[in-house]
Amino acid sequence: MDEKHLNLEEDAALFEPIRRTEKYFYLVLSLLVAVILWATFAYLYQYRHGLGVTGLARPVFWGVYITNFVFFIGISHAGTLISAILRLAKAEWRRSITRSAEVITVLVLFFGVGNILMDLGRPDRMLNIIQYSQFQSPLLWDVLSITIYLTASSIYLYLPLIPDIALLRDGGEKWKWFYRILALGWKGTEKQHHLLEKGIAFMAILVIPVAVSVHTVVSFVFAMTIQPMWHSAIFGPYFVAGAIFSGIAALIVAMNVIRKVYHLEDYLRPVHFNNLGILLLVMTLLWFYFTFTEYLTTYYGGEPIHMTIFWSKFTGGFALPFWGMFLFCFVIPLPILSFKRTRTPLGTLIASVSIVIGMWLERFVIVVPTLTNPRLPNELVTYSPTWVEWSILAGCLSFFILLYMIFTKVFPIVSIWEVREGREKSMAEVQERIKTYLPGIGIE
Amino acid sequence: MVIDLDKCSGCEACVVACQAENNVPIIGPEESAKGRTIHWIELIPYIEGEYPHIKARLLPRPCMHCDHPPCAKVCPVYATYINEEGLVAQINHRCIGCRYCTTACPYTVKYFNWYAPEWPKEMKGSLNRDVSIRTKGVVEKCTFCHHRLLRAREKARAEGRNLLPEDYIPACVQACPSGAMYFGDLNDPFSTVSILSRERRAFRLMEELGTEPKVYYLSEGM
Repeated sequence: MDEKHLNLEEDAALFEPIRRTEKYFYLVLSLLVAVILWATFAYLYQYRHGLGVTGLARPVFWGVYITNFVFFIGISHAGTLISAILRLAKAEWRRSITRSAEVITVLVLFFGVGNILMDLGRPDRMLNIIQYSQFQSPLLWDVLSITIYLTASSIYLYLPLIPDIALLRDGGEKWKWFYRILALGWKGTEKQHHLLEKGIAFMAILVIPVAVSVHTVVSFVFAMTIQPMWHSAIFGPYFVAGAIFSGIAALIVAMNVIRKVYHLEDYLRPVHFNNLGILLLVMTLLWFYFTFTEYLTTYYGGEPIHMTIFWSKFTGGFALPFWGMFLFCFVIPLPILSFKRTRTPLGTLIASVSIVIGMWLERFVIVVPTLTNPRLPNELVTYSPTWVEWSILAGCLSFFILLYMIFTKVFPIVSIWEVREGREKSMAEVQERIKTYLPGIGIE
Repeated sequence: MVIDLDKCSGCEACVVACQAENNVPIIGPEESAKGRTIHWIELIPYIEGEYPHIKARLLPRPCMHCDHPPCAKVCPVYATYINEEGLVAQINHRCIGCRYCTTACPYTVKYFNWYAPEWPKEMKGSLNRDVSIRTKGVVEKCTFCHHRLLRAREKARAEGRNLLPEDYIPACVQACPSGAMYFGDLNDPFSTVSILSRERRAFRLMEELGTEPKVYYLSEGM
């Protein structure tokens, strides 16, 4: 069995990114590094002078950073949750996409947390949240659940990586010592496989409630206050649905890029994009349902304090981001995803890019308008983010892409052993499974 | 605290007294236009009705020192909390600057130091030594001149007597030229503030939110 698994000719395309690095990889890399350096400069500038260099003011105390925080934590639902659900549902088509999804989760979480830290007036005091923790504060619930989520999804990413790391240790050329340490002495014995599968199954189950809790708690940061259009019971599920929505979109974008750049057309086939596209279509409709419910309840209730915010989104100062959100989250993706003919890799890519942009706008439209209209009369303050905030957003995106690219160069971005297992075992397994559903066929 | 709006002339003496007493930094006109000013007490213009039946009212707004403060609940580090006197305290040197309290407070009484606080050179000598100076990146707000309470208590102890109500009043109350502001113990049923707070004219801001503010306003025809 070992010998067969060592076969590097089979699935050579999956080893290729690790073996060989093309010139344009370095070109993109240096471009990203330049953006990151610029963002670092922007942050240091802010650190030195204070948050006054942003567009924030009283009463708009939160802006792009908090939007980014909610957005990135939302994207993180791409991976772990989707991969866990597909694994548990025994969806055979998951095999070549789970890894690329899980990586998104783990990497993007750092940027969610990072944006909160960059939003702090005194980041040097951030350890106060441990020394003086006040557990009534939803922010601490966030700290807790994101920490658990990061740990759990890192383990969940690592476990299925082990057999692939062992492949690289035995057959690869570079960094053997590195893979040897990470492979934890994997030999591919029956017993090890059994243990690994148990571990993966356990983590897949564990990670689902944790993922749901993470975005629920993020929404609680807003919903627990008594501010108009934040204080809403629907926020928990609304945020979770939005998170999965933007997560799947981010996954489709990533898969499209990997597929083209590393020539993995045989592994990431149109059927994968079609299936994910259907999932995304469901989430599009769910997103619309939640948004509709949220705004209709506000409108029908008609409380003046809520209505001021409501109209500021519909016709007032936030009309552009609000209708932009509606366009990108619903109007553009819905027709593309509705038809099989357009649910191609390219079609889903267009829909996904649109959704990712739309969901950033959605987070913005949730966070900012509420703050512009406090209960006590206040001078009108319009919030327009400054170059510092935009630079840091660009830096976060670039840094995320950079880390993702580096990951693909160190580890196989498509799970090799799972694909092989699929070829060797699951045909028979699925046949067996189908037999158990069918009436008229005896169960031995 | 009780503020009689029928007596208030809107002169802003309370605001000036507070700025001087509590070392509130001077924010230039440019930053003020962006909404970066800091006022522990501020005159809020309440404009009611529509033209031509318009009614304008000025309302001095310190911290409400709520019994159920929404800000204290959300602070992750106990930098704002109800202290044993029942005041909503703010520890500027513990605050991490997350600005959750500033967004949670329905009265928007909390202010953030967007830059390091600055004073003209001439004013530096007259800063109040009893009030610590904040750094950039922290939240600050009205404390009902808590430092004055500490002072008064020390003095009473040194003189070997109990603390009397007149020993401690905040700077704004002291400075009010029209005598529109009252300060005292609301729990003492015979204190002036307690009697005034039960007057027919008395009301509190946004009582419907259940925050139980400790600042009462008096006004005819509210």
